[in-house]
Parts: sequence; C-alpha cells; structure tokens
Amino acid sequence: MSTKDITLTVNGETHSLTVEPRMLLIHAIREELDLTGSHIGCDTGNCGACTVVKDGEAIKSCLTFAVQADGSEIETVEGMEDHPDADGGLHPIQEGFEQEHGLQCGYCTPGMIMAGKAILDENPNPTEEEIREGISGNLCRCTGYQNIVKSIQYASDKLDENGEVAAADGGRAETDGGFTCGVENCCGGTGFDHTGGDNE
Amino acid sequence: MSSDFTDGDEPREFVHDDDGGPDPETHCGHGRGGMGEEVRRKEDKRFITGRGNYIDDIKKPNMLFCDIVRSPHAHARIKNIDKSRALDVDGVVAVLTAEDLLEHDLATMPTLMSDTQDVLVRDKVKFQSQEVAAVIAEDRYAARDGADKVVVDYEVLDPVVTAEEALKDDAPVIRDDIEGQTDNHCLDWETGDKEATDAIFEEADVTVSEQMLYQRLHPAPIETCGSVADFDPGKDKLTVHMTSQAPHIHRTLFSQVSGIPEHKIRIVSPDVGGGFGNKVPIYPGYVVSAAASYVLERPVKWIEERSENIQSTGFARDYDMTGELAATEDGRIQAVRTDVLADHGAYNAVAQPSKFPAGFFKIFTGSYDVDAAYGSLTAAYTNSAPGGVAYRCSFRVTEAVYLIERMVKVLADELDMDPAEIRRKNFIQPDQFPYETPTGWNYDSGDYEAALDKALEMADYEHYREEQQRRIENDADKLIGIGISSFTEVVGAGPGKTCDIAGVEMFDSCDIRVHPTGNATVRVGVQTQGQGHETTFAQIVAEELGMDVDNITVEHGDTDTDPYGLGTYGSRSTPVAGAAAAVAARKVRDKAKSIAANELEAAEADIEWDRQSGEFHVAGAPDRSITITDIAASAYMNHPASEEPGLEAVDYYDPPEMTYPFGSYIVVVEVDRETGEVDFEKFVAVDDCGNRINPMIIEGQIHGGLAQGIGSAMMEHVTFDDNGNVTGGDFMNYLLPTAKEIPNFETGHTVTPSPHHPIGAKGVGESPLVGSPPAIVNAVVDAMAHEGISHIEMPMTPDRVWETLDSVGLSRDPSDSFEIEFGDTGAEPADD
Ligand code: FES
Ligand code: FES
Repeated sequence: MSTKDITLTVNGETHSLTVEPRMLLIHAIREELDLTGSHIGCDTGNCGACTVVKDGEAIKSCLTFAVQADGSEIETVEGMEDHPDADGGLHPIQEGFEQEHGLQCGYCTPGMIMAGKAILDENPNPTEEEIREGISGNLCRCTGYQNIVKSIQYASDKLDENGEVAAADGGRAETDGGFTCGVENCCGGTGFDHTGGDNE
Repeated sequence: MSSDFTDGDEPREFVHDDDGGPDPETHCGHGRGGMGEEVRRKEDKRFITGRGNYIDDIKKPNMLFCDIVRSPHAHARIKNIDKSRALDVDGVVAVLTAEDLLEHDLATMPTLMSDTQDVLVRDKVKFQSQEVAAVIAEDRYAARDGADKVVVDYEVLDPVVTAEEALKDDAPVIRDDIEGQTDNHCLDWETGDKEATDAIFEEADVTVSEQMLYQRLHPAPIETCGSVADFDPGKDKLTVHMTSQAPHIHRTLFSQVSGIPEHKIRIVSPDVGGGFGNKVPIYPGYVVSAAASYVLERPVKWIEERSENIQSTGFARDYDMTGELAATEDGRIQAVRTDVLADHGAYNAVAQPSKFPAGFFKIFTGSYDVDAAYGSLTAAYTNSAPGGVAYRCSFRVTEAVYLIERMVKVLADELDMDPAEIRRKNFIQPDQFPYETPTGWNYDSGDYEAALDKALEMADYEHYREEQQRRIENDADKLIGIGISSFTEVVGAGPGKTCDIAGVEMFDSCDIRVHPTGNATVRVGVQTQGQGHETTFAQIVAEELGMDVDNITVEHGDTDTDPYGLGTYGSRSTPVAGAAAAVAARKVRDKAKSIAANELEAAEADIEWDRQSGEFHVAGAPDRSITITDIAASAYMNHPASEEPGLEAVDYYDPPEMTYPFGSYIVVVEVDRETGEVDFEKFVAVDDCGNRINPMIIEGQIHGGLAQGIGSAMMEHVTFDDNGNVTGGDFMNYLLPTAKEIPNFETGHTVTPSPHHPIGAKGVGESPLVGSPPAIVNAVVDAMAHEGISHIEMPMTPDRVWETLDSVGLSRDPSDSFEIEFGDTGAEPADD
C-alpha cells in the first residue's frame, strides 16, 4: 500500500506523519498521535463521538481522511486546558460539563465539548434552540441532552463574564485576529481564529 | 445483616429541600458529601479532559487486531471456508474458523440461559452477521483487508424472521443442532391463577382487550463492545480487558468455557461508554480475541463496529402482547390477563436470572390492587441475532409496565373515565404494604397517589384537559393529548435463593479499607458504565463513617482486586452493592468504636457515634470525642489489645427482598393533523426511589432514561426484510433521538424509603425507561381517543400517526393547507 507524508498541527503541536491514503483522520489522531480523547461510535458518520475542530470548524474526523487534513490545524479535547480561556485550569466548557452534570459515561463528551466550542466560537450567546441545533450531529445515549445544553450555556455565561472583565483591557470580543492563544506554535495571533471568525 | 441496625441506622427518611440540596434541619447533608448532597462527580475530570480509558484506548506492545468475517445470509449452511487468500494479505497473522477453535475446545460457549452458541459458526448460520471466521493481523486495516479475502461458500436456506412465522408448521427448523428439536418452539411459561382469572372475566361488567407489540430495540450504547486479551505465558495468566457490565461472572464463564482455572484469569472492565444491558452477555468477539491471544501469545484487540453491534449483539424486547382487563362498570379493575409471543432470536440468550424464563414480566399487575391475574408466554427461535437483554430494565419489567399502563388507558377510554381518576381508584394503598401481588411479588413500600398528585400538579393537568377540549371544539390543526403512567418497578435482584446468573447467587459486595492517614479505598463488585458509582458509593461510605467524600476513592471493574459481585444492570447497584457499602461501613464503625474506647479511656458500650458531626464520643460527654481520622491512625499505630490492627471490612450482601421504586409520569403532546408529527408540550416525571443519595445524579439518570423512552416510543426499531436482512442495523437506519427530538423534562420526587434496605434506598436508573413509553403512547392515543382510537404501535413515526389520524377522519390533507397558505402568501407576503 502506498503512503503519503502529511503534516498535522494538533493542539498547537506540529506532527509529521506517514500514512496510507485511506487512513481516517480519527485513526491518525487516536492511533498515530495517541490522543485517545476523541472517540468512535459508529460507521456511518451519525454519532459525532469523533468530533474535532479543524481550522475553526467542528468536523467528524471519521468522515475525513488524514491526508485531507494535511496542513490543517486541529483542536481536540486534550488541548482545551491549554486554551487561553481555560486560564490554567479547565476550559469553561469543560467546567460547564462538570458543574451541570453534562456527562454520564463520558463517551460522547469529548465530541460534545468540541461541538460546543465550535458553537460558542461562532456565536458566543446562542439560544437554547441554537445549541440544540448545533449539537444535533452528536448522539448521547446517557444524558437526555438537557444538562449538555446547560453545560454549554454555563460556558457561554462564563466566557461572557470573562469577556466583560477582559473588556477593560481591550476585550475578548474585539480580539479577532489580534490575540495570541498562548499555545506554542499555534496562531501567534494571526492565522488561527479562536473566536470563530470566518476563516473558512 | 440488614436487620442489624445500630446508631440510628434504621431506614428513615433523609429529607432534602426542593432543589434536592441538603436540608440543614435533618440528618441529611452535614457538608461532608454524604447522603443527599449534590456532590459533583469524581469520575468527571478524566472524561472531560480526554483522559478516560475506554477499551479502544488500550494499547499494548506487540498488539494484534481481530476482525470478524460475518455471514451475509440469515440462514445458510457453510460448505467451505477458504482462508488462503486472506493469509496472503500483508500483515495478516492468522485466520481462525470453528475448526481451529474446536482444537482448543473453544468452538461453543454457553449463553446466560445455558443454551449453546457457536463462537464461530460450525455448520449452519442462524442469523445475518453471525460470526463465521476471525482474521488476526498487525493492524486494524490489515485485519479488515484479510476479512474481505476470506471466501465462504454458503448453501442459502429459507430464513424465518418473525416469531409468528417461525411457529408455523412448515417453517424451516433453525435449531436442528438441538437433539430432538423439530420446530422453532423455544419455551412456554405461565404465571398466576388461570381458573380464578377466567372466572372473573366471565362475570365481569366490562372487559377490554388490546394487542400490542413492544418492538425489537437495541440498547445501542455509544461505545460498542470490544476486548483486549493478553495471555502471559510466563505466568500462565489470561487478562481480558473487556466492555463488561459484570466482570466477575464473566470471569467464571470464561473459566468454564476455556478450562483455564479461574485464578489464572483476570477480567478488567475499563471505563465503559454506556451499557444499558448490551454489555451483560458474553459475545463471540471476546472469546475469539482471548483464544487468539492464548494461541499466538500476543495481545489481541477486538473492537466491534456499530453495525456489528446492532446486528449481532443482544437486542431487547420483541414481545408481542395481548392484554386484557376485567372491571366493574365504575372502573374497579378485578383481573388482568395477558398472553405473549416472544422472539428470542437464534439462541436462547435472554439475560435474566435463570429461574425466570420470562424475566420479571409477571409484575404486569403494576400499581393496582387486583383480585386475580394470569399470564402465559410462548417464545420462538427465529433467524435473528440472539437477545432479549434487559435494556435499562429489570428483565422484562419494561414490557410488563407497558402492558398494564396501556391497558389502564384502554379501560379508562372504554368507561369514559379520566385516566388519573381510574388509577386513583385502583392503587394499592399505603397501608397495604408490604403487599403481595396475585403473581407472588412482595412490594416493600409505596405511596402511589402522592406521586400521581404531585405529577398532576406539576403538569397543570386540568389546564391541558381544558385546552384539549377547546382544540377539539375548534377543529384545530393540532390536537392535544395527555398521557399518564403510574408505574411500579421491581429492581435489586437477588435475593440469591431465587435469583442467580448461571448458578451464581445474585448478591453483591463492598470492601472498605481505611488507611493510616484517615482516607479510604472502597472496592465494589458492581461496575459503572456512567451511573456515577465512584461518587455515589463514596457518598454512602462518607455518610456511614463520618468521613469527607473527598477522602474516599472507589474502585471497581478489576476481578484481581475487587470483591466478587454480580455486576451492574437492572438498577441493582444501589439496592444491592449500595447496601453492602453501608453494611461494610457499619462494620468498620463498630471496630472504630472499640478503638475510640481505647483512645478515650472509656468502656466500648459508652461510645456513641454522632451522625451529624461524624465523631465518636463518650456518652454524656460530647467533648470527649475523636474523629475517624484519628481512629484510623490509632488502628495502625496504637491498636487496642482486644482488636487486630488495621481498619477494614468487607460485606457480601444478599438482599432479603427486591425493592419496588415507583413514580408517575405525565406527558402532554401536540399532534399535527397534517404531518402526523408529535411535539412534546410538557414532560413531567415524579419518581420515588426511596432515600436519595445524590439528587443530581438521580436527575441525570432520569433525563437519560426518559430520552431513551422517547426513542423507544417514537423512533427506534430493529427491522428485517423477508430475507432476514437487518434493515435497521446501523445509525442511519436505527434512529436514536438527538438533542432536537428531546424536550426539557420537569422532574420531581416523593420519598418512601425501602423498609428493608440499610439506607432506605431503592434504585432508580431504569425507572424512566420503564415508565415513560406507555405515558407517551397514552398521550398520542389520547389526542385521538375522542374518535375511538385505542392504540398505536411503537415507534410512532409521523407516517404511522398520520395514518391513524386518517383512519378516523382526523387527518388534514397537506395540500389543502398548502393551497391556503399559498393563497395567503400571495395576498400578503410574509416577511419572515
Ligand atoms: S464515529 Fe460516529 S460520526 Fe464519527
Ligand atoms: S454521556 Fe454517555 S453517551 Fe453521552
């Protein structure tokens, strides 16, 4: 089987990989990079357990070949604690899941967290309906979704509060393209839009 | 044991304020994370940071992958298997067939009902996707490539995929491997008093009857099944990491299947991504990975794909039921009669205590005080995957509750009575407990009317009844339906004398070790798949020892270190292992008293333990006190001469009885006459699970079960075509509800402690899935009952609902309103 050399930047760290063209991105992330936070729950692209953020957009990494992601920036649940919004601890979305009991078995959770992040990056103050729509590609068999919605709302509120505090120094909302995420080799304040702008 | 209450240990009510938080006025909630406190879950941190350790996350040096070749046919004889091309594939190490397994005596395995299932098909395929061969390779892609190259020559036979067809005289015989089997009949079962019941039916003022199918469902946890088997030839020890809800019983079964002595087998159930009964049985994949590891002396991983999971592992339900009620004309239910045709699939592999071939189905008299009952059941083999697992259910209680709660609605409509009123009229009354049912259950405690009243109030019942009438009178586009279910559950199997799995009594266990520095490790025989055991059991021990919950770690899922237990399913963890945790903690407390006496220089009889402060003190002298932390230190550093050093205890708890949680659910739906779509207006769930350990976790479990109830009632169905092809076998075709189909739930509770449980708890996990489907169906039926509709089958898809509306002239033709809307739009363009 032929192979191809690719580069993936995952959670700010750049990796060079040699993969078969048919290797799924989720397998590259889980098995080549040993980042097993993202999961696999189906073989039809329906469950969203494999959701990661690629170049600012939530995608199902089981529906993408690793070679298609060559050169892209990928965020997975493992990178959330290093995100500037995490402030050295849990990211507000992670905190939301813990405080609002947004998980039970935890299997869907990393995908939900990344889907939630993409929702908030795009729209920091989503309505309940927008959150439900935004996570409708992610199945959870345990929670009945109510507390997942609350978890994302919790993060939205918390990021708002942080934003208000930050607003005194220029403001989170105004930092489009102008802030440094703090992750080594990541955006450097330029290429990678953590606030969910439309760089796609 | 459970009657041995000391220090105010008798089951009393732990009261909470309305938010479920601790009530400072009561024993409950002394700020250490004990009973009734909404402690945040200890297990969450690893899951929200991507540090969980699920089966597919396990990676061992030198590990191989296993992929399974499955039959495309539902019924076929295998004429030949050619491995040669598969063996030529790069990276393929071995291809196993039944013949290879036979050499190691591993060709068959016992099911939980002691049927004999092929690990890999020996002769005849009995269901589509049955395991035919296994390919072992260096990585998962190579294993799949190899599987594609295994050539199997099949002689295709006629399949039969419904129980009704299977029992016809000319049906092909599926189980010709069983000696003397000449048809597809699997088993018969009956319960109750036929004569007495028939006599009442003959005399009754009113009788009603309805046939209803509880369709085939699949638990479909988001993580599928899998295993990593690792045979260590140096120690002659086989370790199997597997998605197991019952690791200890799996070890015993593995030993029986393989002949490897039980002490040379270790089963580890790592983090498990949901179980819901799907991970109770043993599946061929586990056995094959273990056999391959044993033979090849390398770790072997097997991970199931979603379609394999739905098509070949334990399904649930598939009970075709007829229900009948006999009643007086003023609505008193006198007798219940039912007959069931059950589809057990190709093997009898239902997962239930072995003396209960129809599980706990005989609880079909529900919450009502009836004079007599009789039930009968016939089960058939079909060309479909074996199953009948207890999907978030104590062994068919879900089917039983559906039957009785649907029938009460049918009777209410027949008598033109309010469904709340008819329930009230027939409830077993609080002073009748303990209550023995006509089929022999012994209900522990209940106050059914209190739960119903609370639910009616929360649901604003009268308002919706009026609204329903208004809509009918105005010939509105959307009809209102209100459904009620006032269910009684049976959970917490044992006791061991009546309940066993493969002969092992259904007790459970807890081992507590308090360390010198005052913290503790607690090990339990049950295993969590998301239920929050690491928090709940820590809370029980915190409550009973006066320790801080943060100082307690709960471990489970490893047969090398944990005490033997029967596992987690049928909501048995709190009723059985939770009881063991409380009793073990009280044993530790007893020893702690003796140490306290030594330290405080008092007689042991004079030492009292104060639940509120968590401290031990001399009677009448609260100042002369000592904490559990200091006692722990003394246990190792200054132990009394009368005691052994150390501070630990283990308890194996055989429950004296099951527990009987209950509740009332009320569902208000809006049914669209044009599209057949059903919208949830209101969804109220009042549960009574006895004393509540962590209200936050309970509420979370209720939400999850209600969502599964909506899935069952509205969407989910494993379907087949006439050739035995599974047409509902993946997430494209087996539809789970998403966040858009699930409404917000309003939960409430009443508290009626179990009188025989050490902390008065009853268990709750399965209640919402047991109780909600009949409430949902009752609601949709209720929207059309004024035109005589008495039943709709699940899943109530929009087309099915629309056709039901149409059958009584209630449908609206979409094109009519399209024209109207079109006309409107033309005259006055809408701006949104
Ligand atoms: S694994 Fe299910 S959508 Fe990717
Ligand atoms: S928490 Fe188990 S699937 Fe979502």
